[in-house]
Amino acid sequence: MTRDRRKWPLYEVFIRGKRGLNHVHVGSLHAADDRMALTHARDLYTRRNEGVSIWVVRSDAITASTPDEKDPFFAPSGDKVYRHPTFYDIPEDVPHI
Amino acid sequence: MSNVEVENDAQHHAQHHAQSGTGERRLQAHFDRTISHNQRIEPRDWMPEGYRKTLIRQIAQHAHSEIIGMQPEGEWITRAPSLRRKAILFAKVQDEAGHGLYLYSAAETLGADRADLTERLIEGRQKYSSIFNYPTLNFADVGVIGWFVDGAAICNQVPLCRSSYGPYARAMVRICKEESFHQRQGYELLMTMMRGTEAQRQMVQDAVDRWWWPSLMMFGPPDSESSHTVQSMAWRIKLHTNDELRQRFVDMTVPQAEKLGVVLPDPQLRWNNERGHHDFSTPDWSELKRVIDGDGPCNAQRMARRRAAHEEGAWVREAAGAYAAKQAAHEAGKKRQEGPAG
Ligand SMILES: [Fe+2]
Ligand SMILES: [Fe+2]
Repeated sequence: MTRDRRKWPLYEVFIRGKRGLNHVHVGSLHAADDRMALTHARDLYTRRNEGVSIWVVRSDAITASTPDEKDPFFAPSGDKVYRHPTFYDIPEDVPHI
Repeated sequence: MSNVEVENDAQHHAQHHAQSGTGERRLQAHFDRTISHNQRIEPRDWMPEGYRKTLIRQIAQHAHSEIIGMQPEGEWITRAPSLRRKAILFAKVQDEAGHGLYLYSAAETLGADRADLTERLIEGRQKYSSIFNYPTLNFADVGVIGWFVDGAAICNQVPLCRSSYGPYARAMVRICKEESFHQRQGYELLMTMMRGTEAQRQMVQDAVDRWWWPSLMMFGPPDSESSHTVQSMAWRIKLHTNDELRQRFVDMTVPQAEKLGVVLPDPQLRWNNERGHHDFSTPDWSELKRVIDGDGPCNAQRMARRRAAHEEGAWVREAAGAYAAKQAAHEAGKKRQEGPAG
């Protein structure tokens, strides 16, 4: 009875709330194809002008990092404090820096 | 892309780590710490099986309630007294469909399958809120549902915006923004009727009398009989007990009823200065139990309607699937003709 529906892939939906902002992930939906995913995303996630642009992408096309915060994946940025402006001591009386 | 939710990965991740007992213990400690620091659990994090299962059941039940909840009011769309009321009711019922879909989407991040959840609802293996098994007898019911039922939903859902599971909390934020319109349109509808004829005022009072007790029951059985509360509160997927939320609803609604000019059907209802809350009578819990067990006034009708909608939509789903397959084949054929790129 529902086998047909199981074939509809899952899509992740990203919305640009207004000009000047990034697209942000808002949720997911099922659709038969890309175009249907886009119209469903419009009906589901922008009923009150929440967006000016929508991206949909099939969930199985996304590659993601593992979530654990201790994961060595993020280690390269963990020990590079010199990438932050607060790493540098500048005398108080130097203006505009 | 940190909050992209891809199902199943979490399980792989968990299996991989849980191979050794110490691994499992470390993961559990990390999970507990995340919750106690009031941080969110995200889909690909390790989580105890009980947490995952309980959440799937809770979110699915919530999603089913939104979907079944379209029916009592949906019946009145074609009979709305004006184009204005019809447009408003249409938008409201459409929102409820949206709420159901946000929640199914959240359940899927835990590894649930959407078609499977629909099947469970249709086969009666998962429940939905008892309130939607009561009939809507006239248009005043539409107003009272917005005021009471959506009001109760707000009491329930606002705290859940801080629930420990990220996708659930985010769905709740989206839903709560929309519920405020639902409650206000209902109250405004009732205010309009109260300014009308004596007969209209009686319709409002009659609807209030019928919906008051079922609305109080929406919060579930009393704390003394609520079995899952302690664990769910420790997991922060429930933030207040049923009785606390019920009390909050009563306190919120009493002054609104006074302003509207209706009487809430409870002679024991009065302000208790010591407690700083209203005292009220105990709802008839045997009625709640009956309705939950399938013996409410409209259980059979709601289920039959949901099943019919699903079956009558089968050809649409099939046609869309066939169209998508044909388009994909067409695209593939075009690419072959163009030959290898570059
Ligand atoms: Fe809702
Ligand atoms: Fe609502």
